[in-house]
Amino acid sequence: MQPIISIKNLSKTYASGHQALQDVSLDIAEGEILALLGPNGAGKTTLISIICGIVTPSAGRVTVAGFDIIDDFRQTREMIGLVPQELTLGAFDTVWNTVSFSRGLFGKRPNPEFLRQLLRQLALFEKRESELMTLSGGMKRRVLIAKALAHEPKILFLDEPTAGVDVELRKEMWRIVERLRTAGVTIILTTHYIEEAEEIADRVGVINEGRLLLVDDKRSLMHELGKKQLEIELKERIDIMPANLVDWNLELSADGRQLTYTYDTQARTTGITMLLQAIGDAGLSLKDLKSKQSSLEEIFVDLVNLKP
Amino acid sequence: MNYHAIKVIYKFEMLRAWNTFLQTIASPVISTSLYFVVFGSAIGSRIQQVEGVSYGAFIVPGLMMLSLLTQSISNASFGIYFPRFTGTIYEVLSAPISFFEILLGYVGAAASKSLIIGGIILFTAGFFVDLSIAHPVWMLAFLVLTSITFSLLGFIIGIWADNFEKLQLIPLLVITPLVFLGGSFYSVGMLPPAWQTVTLFNPVLYLISGFRWSFFEVSDVSVGLSLFMILLFLTICIAIVWWMFRTGYRLKQ
Repeated sequence: MQPIISIKNLSKTYASGHQALQDVSLDIAEGEILALLGPNGAGKTTLISIICGIVTPSAGRVTVAGFDIIDDFRQTREMIGLVPQELTLGAFDTVWNTVSFSRGLFGKRPNPEFLRQLLRQLALFEKRESELMTLSGGMKRRVLIAKALAHEPKILFLDEPTAGVDVELRKEMWRIVERLRTAGVTIILTTHYIEEAEEIADRVGVINEGRLLLVDDKRSLMHELGKKQLEIELKERIDIMPANLVDWNLELSADGRQLTYTYDTQARTTGITMLLQAIGDAGLSLKDLKSKQSSLEEIFVDLVNLKP
Repeated sequence: MNYHAIKVIYKFEMLRAWNTFLQTIASPVISTSLYFVVFGSAIGSRIQQVEGVSYGAFIVPGLMMLSLLTQSISNASFGIYFPRFTGTIYEVLSAPISFFEILLGYVGAAASKSLIIGGIILFTAGFFVDLSIAHPVWMLAFLVLTSITFSLLGFIIGIWADNFEKLQLIPLLVITPLVFLGGSFYSVGMLPPAWQTVTLFNPVLYLISGFRWSFFEVSDVSVGLSLFMILLFLTICIAIVWWMFRTGYRLKQ
């Protein structure tokens, strides 16, 4: 199937000489939710800004539904909605006026019924005649989403949608994203909250220093890169590692009561049975056993710390 | 052509003027009335006539130009600078709209507001002096061309400025002195010969002169030259805007 967004060898060097993107290639399928993870300054916003037409690329090509973002900008931009990171809204406009403005700006004829429905979905209908400056931060963020959706886009970019918002609002954002996915909207979000990507994305792309380090299905990413750890709590404290356990690369906790064994879930055997046997042979008694899988966050930290 | 986009930008800008009614509409009316009281009545009563026109009526075209120029620049520069300042410009830049359409929306609205203000000043002047317009069509043509040209200049300033001080700099330090020294309140013939020559380097002189001719058929320079000069300014402004859009100057990174 043809991807809805196709990015080929995209690079961007700003006038200051800062290379924000380096040879990024990426295909995004229709209807998926892709999370772009990366630390601040990784190039996430630059990537989004190029696709939306705010930043001019230095090299490479981007197509949206087969249309070039520069030559066919009218077709591509009509399909795209953008929710920026900052709460960039006028002060004195009303919610209704600003949302109507956005719809017109994207070339759509007025449709009050659609806008009323949109505002209801985003719990803004009661506030439609309020001036933007009187709204709370959470409401302003919802207004930005309403503006981005006012022209019924097929693709929605959410740039750090939950940066600096409280837990409740973050969960509400996730619910909104889920509803949009059900409606068939393709969603690309940038975040540096791993939890967010883990919760809502289908695929995760990791970007650092302008390079796309990897893009993979969230589950297979966790499966392939995820390490598992077995934490073994001992009944008695030990000061030194018994001789027959030295080769197992176990970590001994500072209090001498816990051993941690890291193993690869993809390996043919995990070695757990033999390890437990060896612990028994060393004359140690177990108090408790606990296994845990590394989170996306740990995978992410590992990846961005790898030098390209 | 994205007509819906042009329409919403135009409407948004006109609505902004309506929301700041006192600043946009009432303030030029009040300041014009004050000019008439001070120059027209207090000082003007001691001046007989200028080139066969009563002094009160003589200053009307100059006063209209003064407001037209400053209002066109301030409306257009603020219209585009404010979204840049607040960051809301992202929406316009990411919309399926060409730069020409952006220009039509913003400059069209700024020029319309100036024309309305020009009309209001003319109407207000009617309460103070007897006015007759010899060439109404030419008067309207000068009015429209000046509004568009200086709204374009305002648009350029709004893109160039990266702080509020710069936004005010050109209108305050360049335009206002040029208008005052460009024959708004006097005929160039009233100046000593040396200053007459200096004044000919003031571009605003040509605008006021042509505009005044459309009222009273008296002018400091020929009407053809006035028209040529205003078309020249218009062309220069269009060329600068075209270059700004082509390079994305201060709009796109």
